Amino acid sequence: MAQPADLLYSKEHEWVKVEGDVATIGITDYAQNSLGDIVYVELPKVGAHVAQMGTVGVVESVKAVSDLFTPIGGEVTEVNGELENDPALVNREPFAGGWMFKLRLSDASQTSGLLSAADYEQLTQE
Amino acid sequence: MYTPHTERDIAQMLEAIGAASLEDLVKVPDAVKIREQLDIVPALAESDIVRRFEHFAKKNTGVSCVSFLGAGAYRHYAPPAIAALAMRGEFLTAYTPYQAEVSQGYLQAIYEWQTYICLLTGLDIANASVYDGATALAEAAIMSINANGRKKILVSRAIHPNYRAVLKTYCDGLDVTIDELPVAEDGTTDLSGIAARVAGKEYAAVAVQSPNFFGNVDTPDSQAQNAIRESGTVLIGVVAEALSLAALQTPASWGAEIVAGEAQSFGVAQAYGGPYVGFIASSKEHMRRIPGRLVGKTGDVHGNEAYVLTLQAREQHIRRERATSNICTNQAHCALIATIYLALMGKTGLRDAASANLKRSRELATRVSSVPGCTLQFDAPFFNEIVVNVHRPAREVLAELQKRGILGGVDLGRFYPEYADCILMAATELTSAADIETLAATLQEVVHDTVRV
Amino acid sequence: MTRFASDHTASPLIFEQGQDGRANRYVDEGAPLTDYLPKDVLRGHLPLPDNSELAVVRHFTRLSQRTFGIDVGFYPLGSCTMKYNPRVNDAMASLPALRDLHPYTPDELSQGALQIMWELERTFCSLFGMAAFSLNPSAGAHAELAALLIAKAYFKDRGETQRDKVIVPDTAHGTNPASAAMCGFKVISLKSDERGRVSVDELKKVLGPDTAVCMMTNPNTLGLFEDHIHEITQAVHEAGGLMYYDGANANALMGNARPGDMGFDLMHLNTHKTFTIPHGGGGAGHGPVGVAAHLVDFLPTPYVRSRKKTNGAAHADRAPSDQLEFWLDFDRPKSIGPMRSFWSNFAHCVRALAYIYANGAEGLTKVSQLAVLNANYIRVKVRDFLDTPYDEICRHEFVASAQELKKETGVRALDIAKALLDRGFMAPTMYFPLIVPECLMIEPTETESKETLDEFIGALREIVQAAKSDPEAIMAAPQYTVVGRLDETKAARQPDLRWRPATA
Repeated sequence: MAQPADLLYSKEHEWVKVEGDVATIGITDYAQNSLGDIVYVELPKVGAHVAQMGTVGVVESVKAVSDLFTPIGGEVTEVNGELENDPALVNREPFAGGWMFKLRLSDASQTSGLLSAADYEQLTQE
Repeated sequence: MYTPHTERDIAQMLEAIGAASLEDLVKVPDAVKIREQLDIVPALAESDIVRRFEHFAKKNTGVSCVSFLGAGAYRHYAPPAIAALAMRGEFLTAYTPYQAEVSQGYLQAIYEWQTYICLLTGLDIANASVYDGATALAEAAIMSINANGRKKILVSRAIHPNYRAVLKTYCDGLDVTIDELPVAEDGTTDLSGIAARVAGKEYAAVAVQSPNFFGNVDTPDSQAQNAIRESGTVLIGVVAEALSLAALQTPASWGAEIVAGEAQSFGVAQAYGGPYVGFIASSKEHMRRIPGRLVGKTGDVHGNEAYVLTLQAREQHIRRERATSNICTNQAHCALIATIYLALMGKTGLRDAASANLKRSRELATRVSSVPGCTLQFDAPFFNEIVVNVHRPAREVLAELQKRGILGGVDLGRFYPEYADCILMAATELTSAADIETLAATLQEVVHDTVRV
Repeated sequence: MTRFASDHTASPLIFEQGQDGRANRYVDEGAPLTDYLPKDVLRGHLPLPDNSELAVVRHFTRLSQRTFGIDVGFYPLGSCTMKYNPRVNDAMASLPALRDLHPYTPDELSQGALQIMWELERTFCSLFGMAAFSLNPSAGAHAELAALLIAKAYFKDRGETQRDKVIVPDTAHGTNPASAAMCGFKVISLKSDERGRVSVDELKKVLGPDTAVCMMTNPNTLGLFEDHIHEITQAVHEAGGLMYYDGANANALMGNARPGDMGFDLMHLNTHKTFTIPHGGGGAGHGPVGVAAHLVDFLPTPYVRSRKKTNGAAHADRAPSDQLEFWLDFDRPKSIGPMRSFWSNFAHCVRALAYIYANGAEGLTKVSQLAVLNANYIRVKVRDFLDTPYDEICRHEFVASAQELKKETGVRALDIAKALLDRGFMAPTMYFPLIVPECLMIEPTETESKETLDEFIGALREIVQAAKSDPEAIMAAPQYTVVGRLDETKAARQPDLRWRPATA
């Protein structure tokens, strides 16, 4: 699966879509692929204030578990409730239906440290 | 030594390895060599081992006394079919069923155990067991802390003192504070101020035990339940006498979100304290926080129904320092014993056993309180234990009873200075009318004597 | 070829078999509960099945037949020490005066039980070079927790609360970091060197005034003896930290080396591994925790103490311990407190002591030598057809890697393990330690004969050959077990953790 060009990426394999002052965050195709069948996603609480690079949740596969970091800080405005019933969405559509949470940016300049699709592609090739 | 090696085997194997001797294989640097003679009992033939242990057994004279000991370990009838089944080598010598393809039988038995615990407690899910009742309470407290992030626990003083002590050991490690709820005059938890205490939302959980340490039914009323729930505090129900679950309202019905209990009463030997089998049941919301192993039903590649250990990502071997608990073993074999017990007894047998416990303990209460100088300390409804006030140091009265071959119960002064004149006595279906009569008659004599002293 | 009944149909659950009116009469028919308690404290419905005794006996017998144990076949399970569990141990634990003793029986009337615990404790002290053991913890992980709580209490007592780091090598058991986290310690993972050992230089880099404990097992989980152990314990002590010995691998050195002599301050034992307690399908275990002299005061309560008998009849006694009397000491102000409801998994103390009696010092020493012999014998045979990444004399276990085989054929460690199930053997431990790719960790124990080891080696060789000629067949294993590979994803995504009554 190609990395969508309109997204930003973190070295920890999260993607960020910025629309105005709201960012949508999920994990990349590369991340879901290395985790395997995802069975559970623990998401942050709506209203929580999270700092850049803070741990905000957990992604569990059958035999692995991985912390979910947020690549940018802000206030959580929405979480993807669908994942509770169908965590496999993250495997099937990591960049679409498998999104994890949205937040209102506290500092838009934080996006400057994120990678472009091309840079992230290169990172996963290494 | 249980090793099958002949001298010839050893020689051949050493040669294959290219080692000169067995000692060569286990060489260690000089700096860490053993420098003293090991002080270890001499090796005995099996027949002499048996003689040695029979010698130890003879020195446990307590087993032949007439006994009213309970307080978290109970003497109940265990049908011989339990041992015949549980001691089968396949069960006894199995490892944890990680290889599900060759462990279907044990996995199914644990799935049945989880179901029994759910049906008995009224809650949604149960784990494959934990060490015992006390550690179940500690783990339940950790679940609550993980659920709401608060760092204090409020526990009833009528919870088994050992359970509270173990909770404290764990909480010291976690830097969690424990506060206590007092005991009311009737021998139940004083919950009159509960609404105010939980309103500050600083307690992760409130824990109460029913029947409590004194044997009394001890459940929060609906007002207390509401106050606890509305403050986002987890209500932990503790059960130390699991047989009571066959008779009393389920912990779920009085608002417990998590139940921490001890199932020794279900066919597990008293064995001077262990191994026993703890259980944790909870509502669905806590499923991902429940510690230890869980068995789930699924399918295999051919479409057969099958069982497997599941939700393993919670556990220490995957999460390591992020695990919900460090627990690794469960008490599978004790849980198996309890499952077989429950299957054999069925609802009819359990009801009958519960009924017999109620009957005998009431006979005990009536007879003992008729002894001059002995009164019942509390008047709340009770299951199979009572607190008898002998109006003089309980320790002395128990010592006199002991001289006459009777274990009259547990000296409450050991745990509660204010009840130093009180004895906690248990009666089960195995307590005979003659036992009760012997106790009462001897108590009459002893109490009379200790008055003179 | 297979040793399992090829019956793929799961047994109906006990809940699906019951019929009202089929109760057994184990206790007298009782009066209605309402005769004794008010209705509002009683439960209504008790939704459990009534089954005849025969139905229950058949049900659990069948479940046993669908379960693999040591009594069924060979268990090469690394780190788990699945040795034979002698039956006399269980018989001793079942002696009525040991089995039926109430934990609150006064000390004077439980002298036999206390003597068993005391003898066991003294034996462990001598065998492992520690000052004292507590028999309180219920399992290895539980004992680890106790040990770290002891360390925390010790540093608090010394006013060194800044010590909050626990160092754990990357080969450690998963319980080590999990236990550390439960005591509020931060975990530092230490990378092994190319020889599969802790690097003294790397260790020294992370040591400092914040070091609390370094947790190690020796031999480590690669089966290798940490030959720099003396330097390691010295360095940690110089930094003011404590050394903790994870006794999971004690079967490798019993009688031949002692953690105490290596400089360890704290340790635990898994008596269900080293001392033949049956694993029972995953418990009950037993995890004595041992300490050096400076930590004795912090041990969990109660602790078994002894004193000379005041009026002993010496002539009738058979052993030095018979001249003593024993008591449970609860009055230990610096103790971390109790770890469990009652004193110990006492039935397991009985089993462990019976095993010690069967061996004596000489026997126990030989036990670990033969455990090491068996492991090395398999190792030198297996290296003909599988990689053994650390190719030197191992201790009680060793690791092989299917990495090359996987590249060549696609067959993974997991597939080999499942193919072994088809051939009547339990699978080895897989994918642990984490630092070896496609790891198979093999521990045969001393109770297996050369013939069994040869059969196992033969099966493994045949599987590796088959992987090269017909990899699909191995990847489809197991074929002859009662069920095939499990759908673990479904189990975790849609957890079904209990049966539910149809109408409820």
